[in-house]
Amino acid sequence: MPAPPPGQDLSDLLSDLGAVLGADQIRTEPLELALYGRDASVMQGTASVACLPESAADVQRIIQVCVRHGRPFMARGSGTGLAGGAVPVEDPVVIATSRMNRILEVDPAEGVAWVEPGVLNLDLSRSLKAYGVHFAPDPSSQQVCSIGGNVANNSGGPHCLAYGVTSAHVVAVDVVLPDGRIARLGGLDAEPAGYDLRAAFVGSEGTLGVAVRIAVRLTQDPPAVRTLLADFDSVDAGAATVSGIIAAGLVPAAIEMMDQRAVEMVEAFVGAGYPTDAAAVLLVEVDGLPAGVDAATATIEEVARGHGVRNVRHAADDAERDLLWKGRKAAFGAVARIRPDYYLHDTVVPRTRLVEVLDRVYDIARRNDLVVINVFHAGDGNLHPILAFDARQPGVLERVHQAGTEIVQASLDAGGVLSGEHGIGLEKRDYMPIMFSAADLAAQDRLRAVFDPCDLANPAKVIPAGSRCGDLALAQVPAGAWV
Amino acid sequence: MGVTLPPQARAHIDAFAAEVAGEDPVTCVGGRTQWEVGGAVPAGTREVSAPRGVIVHEPADMTVVCGAGTPVAELEAVLTAHGQMVPLDPDQPATATVGGVLAVGRSGPRRLRYGHIRDLLLQAAVVSADGSVVRAGGPTVKNVSGYDLHRVQVGALGTLGFLAEVRLRCLPIPTAARWFTTGADPFTLCRSLYRPSSVLWDGSTTWVLLEGHPDDVDAQAVGHDLVEADGPPPLGDRARTSHRPSQLAVAVEAFGAGRFVAEIGVGVVHHRDLPATPVPVPAPDAVDLHMKLKQAFDPSGRLNPGRQPW
Repeated sequence: MPAPPPGQDLSDLLSDLGAVLGADQIRTEPLELALYGRDASVMQGTASVACLPESAADVQRIIQVCVRHGRPFMARGSGTGLAGGAVPVEDPVVIATSRMNRILEVDPAEGVAWVEPGVLNLDLSRSLKAYGVHFAPDPSSQQVCSIGGNVANNSGGPHCLAYGVTSAHVVAVDVVLPDGRIARLGGLDAEPAGYDLRAAFVGSEGTLGVAVRIAVRLTQDPPAVRTLLADFDSVDAGAATVSGIIAAGLVPAAIEMMDQRAVEMVEAFVGAGYPTDAAAVLLVEVDGLPAGVDAATATIEEVARGHGVRNVRHAADDAERDLLWKGRKAAFGAVARIRPDYYLHDTVVPRTRLVEVLDRVYDIARRNDLVVINVFHAGDGNLHPILAFDARQPGVLERVHQAGTEIVQASLDAGGVLSGEHGIGLEKRDYMPIMFSAADLAAQDRLRAVFDPCDLANPAKVIPAGSRCGDLALAQVPAGAWV
Repeated sequence: MGVTLPPQARAHIDAFAAEVAGEDPVTCVGGRTQWEVGGAVPAGTREVSAPRGVIVHEPADMTVVCGAGTPVAELEAVLTAHGQMVPLDPDQPATATVGGVLAVGRSGPRRLRYGHIRDLLLQAAVVSADGSVVRAGGPTVKNVSGYDLHRVQVGALGTLGFLAEVRLRCLPIPTAARWFTTGADPFTLCRSLYRPSSVLWDGSTTWVLLEGHPDDVDAQAVGHDLVEADGPPPLGDRARTSHRPSQLAVAVEAFGAGRFVAEIGVGVVHHRDLPATPVPVPAPDAVDLHMKLKQAFDPSGRLNPGRQPW
């Protein structure tokens, strides 16, 4: 863990924070700060102090104190991010939004709900059930991840194949800007005036300010849903089925794929009745009105048969559907059965290149002597190779890092992107120049500087150092960071 | 861009960038179908046009790459052959260009179902004020690699850069698409139908577009007593105002039935009696951000002078 800069004295900062917050809203215990020093990635940073705001006004006061002290700040939701986006760098004040967990207003006539950033994704959808609507983005971590985090990472989830990512479901955001003012980006009216600052903010990983109130779009619950589990003798047959479904003119609500190792692992963990002898399993969901759903189901079965499917299982009721989905969404937790540690990658490739990139992923894992498990959003080409390992093994981290770099390169070679839904954070920051030119990155940094000229909001993330003219300062990189 | 493009596509972008480069004021011309939006560019301003033509359509990836100067109808022709579409839906697809529709940022009447047109834009090559080419976004639907700078171009009226080439998300053309009318309350109807593609209301008649499986379209139409119609009412794009969906009834109170068409569930009103679209005003707390953004991307103000999105 990097030591605080020599001579750093926090007493003035703490006393100013103490003047605007209650004593129980400020955390300075080293043990607790260590927890705020990391997210779900393998990196560790240091927080100088953690604050627990209970309102937009609290966040504003905290940031105003930070501005006065020239002290960086970093918002944190549930800490489920896998790219180090919520790992504190440059000793920021951590602003944990967990107490800001109120659903402020559900307005069916407007088609939106206003929520605080700490509201958990699944809690929101549960609360909306009575209205016959839901919030469409559904990341695998939806039981624990927060809406604020979804906004920061422009999160996806299985159902974004048909419904789109978070950006399409956020209408307006009230943001505390890095200078301490509150501004509304976007708006509830159809065509808000000016530039679409909301689009710039969603997915900016906390580097343009802190969302304190979010207006999310409500999506009607579908009248009919069908969930199918199709299993195959080869990964190629599964992937060809995915392409065939899209070629048939269908956009299912979700198409997820798991390879054999994933199926074995999940089955031992959840007992969902997945066929453990299959080389690949597809979980496909279609929703909408009954006739369309029936026709789509028939087409999907036909396509699957054309690719030699072994068996197609239909979820008979909601309970069985939930069980099938539980298997998929619990996959990452189930890795512990194989190895104590895992490293999850997140890249996207064009759907047509899926088979070729998967072959390369298996080959990369083999060459680096690592176990790889593939569970991914096949419908939109979003790969999530899990490298499972035991960190106590000497030299293994280097091999995991090497394999990770190769996987990123293989995805980009196939015309893909660095991250589908986990963001750039710290982990992929220094890969950005592989995907973007110096001019592209300078333009992104210009946007950042419009919002945050003094680099106070989640510094050192997303954009590599040196993208700004005259940028000489080397950001400190946390121990264990693979950047 | 990630996917290798034919060399001539890159050459077209570079040629366009060279044309834009310079110190003088310059304006990017599409099909001039929404030319008045955001204010007049001074007469005599040097004119440039973005490259034209569809470059790559990957039906299996459901993406298409085209020059921003491609007329929407030309794009549609390529996609229709493969049963796909990009619901940009401008009034005059034969002349309106893809880049023009995106730069103006006004979605068509199917926004209720397909969302705002900005969400169709996956990636863009943009010529900056200094003549350099900047790319943002990515070739895939899911992508959080850096800021969504490309989406900020949508509705920016070419004041932050000129769209040169875009990659768009395609959708399958629905099996059935039928317009209906009814005298029912449009607000109740909009919520009781499942994902209608469009619900329009002129103060007395309600028009509904249903798309999907033919049997579902039938069932929804019968269930809501909808009567088959030839198509939507003319929207008369002379003037247009933007409202919260819940405030539409109040917003049109002053206008007689038949003098407007309101997009229910969306909040856009097309007017017959207003001479021109009133100048919208951004929220006061964000005005300086809009101005700083313009300053950061076009410090000398040479791109589309006289025009601004508020």
